[in-house]
Amino acid sequence: MVSELDGVLYKEIVEQGLREFPNECCGLIAAEDGVPARVFPMTNADASPATYRLDGKEQLKVFDELDERGWDLWAIYHSHTHSDAYPSETDTRLAFYPEARYIVVSLADRTDPIARSFWIRDGVITEEELSIA
Amino acid sequence: MPVTVKLPTILRKFADDQARVTAEGATLGEVLKDLESRYPGVTKNVLADGGGLHRFINVYVNDEDVRYLGSLETAVADRDVVSILPAVAGGAP
Repeated sequence: MVSELDGVLYKEIVEQGLREFPNECCGLIAAEDGVPARVFPMTNADASPATYRLDGKEQLKVFDELDERGWDLWAIYHSHTHSDAYPSETDTRLAFYPEARYIVVSLADRTDPIARSFWIRDGVITEEELSIA
Repeated sequence: MPVTVKLPTILRKFADDQARVTAEGATLGEVLKDLESRYPGVTKNVLADGGGLHRFINVYVNDEDVRYLGSLETAVADRDVVSILPAVAGGAP
């Protein structure tokens, strides 16, 4: 199965990543009726080039907003600024949202961002095809 | 005193797939204990081995982070809403 992400939404994520480089950026993508509708860029509370953690209060606010609108959490994304677009051991251990795909955007080469998408459930990483259109 | 507890998807399997459940107690610690007795296993990963809250689990009482209120000793009142929200986090190994 291929998941499709609108190019406009993808561009928002890449631009956020470049803006926050060399720190990792992070955020959420919400879907309306299963279709990605909006990017929620979030503050990386760690403000670090090696780790990320969504600001807790912002996260609560966005989750409440999704509840109110009846939207789903479609994806959780973050950037890797020095490594491949593949979940690290810590990414896998801290994947507490089995209902969302995890998108990793590598900005190791800032002129050629690479995004890949994964389901991480019970410590098992399964890649899915991500089509950006 | 019944309070509403909002559960993240990952914990709903312990609670018949419910997103919101009811529990009782005068403090957050009591509420979690009551919750565990109603839905065994549901707080297993919320509490750390030492007994406090797990580092990567955020808990809010009416939108306030309990880490700034009194953690498990945080007082809860009738009709308060407790939200259990695992962190969204990761990093290099």
